[in-house]
Amino acid sequence: MNRFAGLIDRVGYEPRRNAKIRLLADYFRTTPDPERGFALAALTGALTFRHAKPGIIRGLAMERTDPVLFRLSRDYVGDTSETIALIWRAPDPRPPHAEAAAAGSPRSTADDGASFEASLREAPQDEDAGGRAAIGHNHPPADGPLLSEVVEGLTHAGKAELPALIASWLDALDETGRWALLKLITGELRIGVSARLAKTAVASLGEGIAPDDVEQVWHGLAPPYLDLFAWVEGRGERPESIDPAPFRPPMLAHPVEDEDFAKLDAADFRAEWKWDGIRLQAVAGRDGDGETVRRIYSRTGEDVSAAFPDLVEALDFDGALDGELLIVREGRVESFNVLQQRLNRKTVTPKMLTEFPAHLRVYDLLVLDGEDLRERPYDERRRLLEDLVARLGEPRIDLSPQIPFASWDDLAAARADPASAGAGPDADAIEGCMLKRADSPYLPGRPKGPWWKWKRDPYLVDAVMMYAQRGSGKRSSFYSDYTFGCWRDGESGPELVPVGKAYFGFTDAELLKLDRFVRNHTTQRFGPVREVAYGPDRGLVLEVAFEGIQRSARHKSGVAMRFPRINRIRWDKPAGEADRLDALERILSKGETEMHPTGGAGP
Amino acid sequence: MASRAADLLTLTPQGLYCPAGDFHVDPLRPVERALVTHGHSDHARFGHGHVMATRETLAIMAIRYGEDFARSTQEAVLGEVVRVGDVTVTFVPAGHVLGSAQIVIEQGGHGSSCRLVVSGDYKRGRDPTCLPYEPVACDVFITEATFGLPVFRHPDVRDEVAKLLQSVRLFPERAHIVGAYALGKAQRVMALLREAGYDEPIWLHGAMERLTDYYRSEGIALGETPKVAAADRASLKGAIVICPPSSIQDVWARRFPDPVTAFASGWMRVRARARQKGVELPLVISDHCDWDDLCRSILETQAEEVWVTHGQEDALVHWCRSRGIRAKPLHLLGYGDEEAGEADEALADATPAEAEA
Repeated sequence: MNRFAGLIDRVGYEPRRNAKIRLLADYFRTTPDPERGFALAALTGALTFRHAKPGIIRGLAMERTDPVLFRLSRDYVGDTSETIALIWRAPDPRPPHAEAAAAGSPRSTADDGASFEASLREAPQDEDAGGRAAIGHNHPPADGPLLSEVVEGLTHAGKAELPALIASWLDALDETGRWALLKLITGELRIGVSARLAKTAVASLGEGIAPDDVEQVWHGLAPPYLDLFAWVEGRGERPESIDPAPFRPPMLAHPVEDEDFAKLDAADFRAEWKWDGIRLQAVAGRDGDGETVRRIYSRTGEDVSAAFPDLVEALDFDGALDGELLIVREGRVESFNVLQQRLNRKTVTPKMLTEFPAHLRVYDLLVLDGEDLRERPYDERRRLLEDLVARLGEPRIDLSPQIPFASWDDLAAARADPASAGAGPDADAIEGCMLKRADSPYLPGRPKGPWWKWKRDPYLVDAVMMYAQRGSGKRSSFYSDYTFGCWRDGESGPELVPVGKAYFGFTDAELLKLDRFVRNHTTQRFGPVREVAYGPDRGLVLEVAFEGIQRSARHKSGVAMRFPRINRIRWDKPAGEADRLDALERILSKGETEMHPTGGAGP
Repeated sequence: MASRAADLLTLTPQGLYCPAGDFHVDPLRPVERALVTHGHSDHARFGHGHVMATRETLAIMAIRYGEDFARSTQEAVLGEVVRVGDVTVTFVPAGHVLGSAQIVIEQGGHGSSCRLVVSGDYKRGRDPTCLPYEPVACDVFITEATFGLPVFRHPDVRDEVAKLLQSVRLFPERAHIVGAYALGKAQRVMALLREAGYDEPIWLHGAMERLTDYYRSEGIALGETPKVAAADRASLKGAIVICPPSSIQDVWARRFPDPVTAFASGWMRVRARARQKGVELPLVISDHCDWDDLCRSILETQAEEVWVTHGQEDALVHWCRSRGIRAKPLHLLGYGDEEAGEADEALADATPAEAEA
């Protein structure tokens, strides 16, 4: 448990992806079975405990802590779980202090000044004397609980026995160990490690094993993954996947650049709309007992079935579909803003199911009736997909239409105006086109060549920098997060109102210049934030690119941008000539056709 | 007793003042006569008329402020009872940094005496670079409460140093930049690294150099500690570099090979504090008492009354009262983590280019 705690503690502070993989791999390499397997389970979210809930720990902590001290501590730390982890004390935590015993009674200066030297020599260093052995004070006994014991206990212990069991572990663990235990019980590590990253670290233990190879076998495996580790370490066979509805790593596309078109023949490609939804994989199959298993996976392989019961029940086939989650109401695809209201909910209410009905718009077929189709060419898979969708006759699952085109110019026109090119009122939910080679097999990952995405051009607005904040990680000494505003009519003339915040899109060299601008034009400081000089005749204009805009009550301007980034720094442009808020509101009210720059990046 | 103690030591705008001896302890502004517990800049300030402190503290003040930091100075010998006006004072080791001392102030003879201990900053944890704290029996114990909440329990420093060394082993191509206060913490980290068997050079930011040289001249073994030259930085793969806390997020630190940002401080116990500073490798190494040691120290003094100068006063006062010990917060402003304030200010004011100089 302590090693696992040390791992998630260290990884949680580490911002770099590769360093995280190294830390995880180092742990897996040096930790024996089954401990590492349970750690992998925790990292991939494969552990759930029925009775163990945070409330138990809170109750235990309150039994042992002075309420005033707990409140003051909680206020200071700002996190209840962490406060409990830090404040927890085992009964009789420090043995009578050896130092006090050795030094006798406290020193009395007036009586005896001369014994100072002697007492100095005799006084042992504190922590050597007593602190090091003290239970609960970062030096748990060597027989503190193993992660496997903890997982076992949390899984099988009854409701009544859990509090005492958890208390005994808390007593035996140090601060970090207790924190890790709390994380396990709350079920969310939140240390910036995805299931995919953990599997990548496992793959790195082996020779020539790719993360996708681990992904392929993953769903047939269960903690503590002895067969998986044996395989990657070359001690065992590749595990056979026995899951009837496994996740298969999706095929991803590269963005296409203008110059790529010269090398691509339009006749080799098929085109589809790029839907602005959530990529999903819907899988159904029969297990050994003939029971149908249906699952919905996110792009990264998380099982998200529980969030979409309305979609799961519609999976009446034996196979694996690749498609996009959309909200469709009265035959019309809603925008991403609407979809967002259905996402990130822990529980799905009947009301939500009616108001935001989930819809799967499919574009590929990976497996059908037990046969893996991924090696077959796109056109053939597409034909089988069309047949399947027609046979299903399920209103919640439909086909992502292909866009007819003969040349890249045709497609550019369709991309510029999807509504007139067949998408009709669904055009709001389209963020560009997908190009797929007619002969392309379905390859996991992001192979270069077979699939391309051709996103519509971003919206652009010229805004004025108003505030800057220091960044984090590698940019921590630089002012790298910028809040920018557009003009509107205020009570005393034109005024800037913040419309968004962006922290990327510029090069390192540009960052140095932006940072210098901020430091040299600071007008006010608010902690880590600086206000810079701005006004009709002073200030820096930033050309901001963004993907969309929505109304927002949280923002003073009433609008919020999607995916804003700095497209260009307009050192040349007077701040007074930056865009007005009206420009953003026009995008909101009239859609993209009027405001959207079209044709600029055509082939 | 309480009223007598309150007469013996009063609170003035300059800080704690003893009328019977006509001196201040750790005054926050220039005064005529100052008794100084230790060399950190929030306790040892420039410009007093007369300063009494340990030999080491006087030397540290001279290094930081120049030889003329006060009109005159007087060395306090540890354990020696010295009469000042109508009181006697005694300096006793506090275990905080080299030369740090508690100051015992006593008035009256046997039977009717009153003894106060101004502990200054102190700690009980292991530190190879200074004399350990000694408990002194007293009537009134005046303590800080920097880490005066039960969430603060400092781990064994050896484990923290092991954490650093393990990271160095795992990332041999990256430099480890360790933020540590220039006086005390930096040298303690060096000494602990040596104790752990680390015998590579420990590289120092220029701001560390003079105080580290002074520690060495006092016979504290720190091994080889070269100063980092600007041109060296890119080549220091796998090195441990110690710099002031304000420099860990500086452009100065970015020039090292893929730096790992570490910070040695008791504040690192709280994740949010580490995150705010952008620290990737928090090392919980403190030169202050943790909660348990504050409580234990109070009990060991057998004091009837406790005054809390600064830090998390409310919790410690609450604890004392729940034990039947009279306690009051002094709400002394101006003391705090050594250099924290000035460092943040310096960072805010320095442009990357300036900070690099």
